[in-house]
Amino acid sequence: MRADGRAPDQMREVKIAVGAVSNADGSAVVSYGATVAVAAVYGPREMHPRHLSLPDRGVMRVRYHMAPFSTKDERKNPAPSRREIEISKVLREALEPAVMLEQYSRARIDVFIEILQADGSTRAASLTAASLALADAGVYMRDLVIGVSAGLVDGTVVLDLSGIEDQYCEGDLPVGYMPNLRQFTLLQLDGTWTREQFLKALELAVRGAEYVYQRAREALKGKYMSIAEEVYGS
Amino acid sequence: MASISPYGKRFISYLRREQIRRLVAGKYRVDGRRLDQLRDVEVRVGVISTADGSAEVRLGKTHVVAGVKVGVGQPFPDAPDEGVLVVNAEVLPHASPYTEIGPPDEFAIELARVVDRGIRHCGYIDSKSLFIEQGRVYVVWVDLCVINDDGNLTDAANLAAVAALASAQLPAVAKEEAGVRLDRGRRAKMPVDPGRAPVAVSVCKIGSVLFLDPTFEEELSVDGKVTFTFSQDRIVAVQKTAGHFTYQEIESALDLALKGRDALLSALRSALESPGAAGQ
Repeated sequence: MRADGRAPDQMREVKIAVGAVSNADGSAVVSYGATVAVAAVYGPREMHPRHLSLPDRGVMRVRYHMAPFSTKDERKNPAPSRREIEISKVLREALEPAVMLEQYSRARIDVFIEILQADGSTRAASLTAASLALADAGVYMRDLVIGVSAGLVDGTVVLDLSGIEDQYCEGDLPVGYMPNLRQFTLLQLDGTWTREQFLKALELAVRGAEYVYQRAREALKGKYMSIAEEVYGS
Repeated sequence: MASISPYGKRFISYLRREQIRRLVAGKYRVDGRRLDQLRDVEVRVGVISTADGSAEVRLGKTHVVAGVKVGVGQPFPDAPDEGVLVVNAEVLPHASPYTEIGPPDEFAIELARVVDRGIRHCGYIDSKSLFIEQGRVYVVWVDLCVINDDGNLTDAANLAAVAALASAQLPAVAKEEAGVRLDRGRRAKMPVDPGRAPVAVSVCKIGSVLFLDPTFEEELSVDGKVTFTFSQDRIVAVQKTAGHFTYQEIESALDLALKGRDALLSALRSALESPGAAGQ
């Protein structure tokens, strides 16, 4: 029995809102339970400095950052920590395979993610938010990348670790998955896992990602439905 | 601070990249190795006389030195009876034409964190033996210096860190009026369990072909790279860096990595059994 009463293969409540940051080219707010991530995309736009631009493809800039008030107990120092630097890199490498960067020569696409509330699985929620923000911006993508976490709690493989589970678990496995292409683009693990537990966690993560993907599709369609209503009437 | 696509910095010519990719598709490699074959591994311990523990690893032309320094400090609030481990890595400007002077970049930070992750949870270091007294514990600093980068830094750096810790010594603690002082004249062995040594093995993918121990050029030509760290029969860390993998490819990569682990473990064992291994 999990701390919040969920079944092992049950995600927390997933809420998605697309287009909330009006100045951004695309944006999304995604929450998994009490974890809230807001992503904003600016781009494609010119690459500065020019010497880092590429003649045949676009460059992505991805920033993951936690708001100082986002953590449970102590205030998080706003200076970028090594963890945030690693997660920014890992999220960029999770999004690049999905974005058709070859369509954006010499340009850059900026993806900014801020965690407003952290209660476990922040990089998973970030990845989903970033994908939706890119889609909302109209950036060409091969697929959405959905982030979910799996974990090992009291010897059981579970889906979507909450903050308290993350603190006390025997293992943590964040995943980024493209549901149509069936490819993992984010995969990390820590703790101690047997081979069987690892493979089972991957399967569970795929199911979780497929569930979140359906929610994500509805949210994106919802945006276009409301535009259609505005233009054509219901 | 943001993570930027690195292609403006490290690069490989299109022709060379395509040549490597074509060869691997035919299951050949530029240096004639098999897909599951590692380069020659050499591990030596006790190489830095000023450190409390040290090791140097040569994996082909990749060259990494790890140094251990022991200090005294405060424990983490959530583990008041355990010692503290800090792993840091620097890819020196010496290491390749593309590495610049400056604080550790995201590659170096990721490298340090992956090595740390493998060591931290597998029980390799007996952290409770590093407790001194209330509010005071041993702090074990592991610093990784990459001197030459010919690819596969993770496997080499992890091996160097593990070997340096295995051969490290803890200075004795001498209590004084003003606090404590470390006495390097009296030493004890660092409390490690060699049976749990974490070994990192990286697997790369070009098309659907998987292979081990990439060179610098091979790393720049891949469609995917994932590193598995093993301790005994468990997986203790995984880090996918480049690209994308299907579920089947991950399972195959895991099995290929298990094969590569044995070569690295035996290099570690011969280094620790050799005469110089007892420490400085």
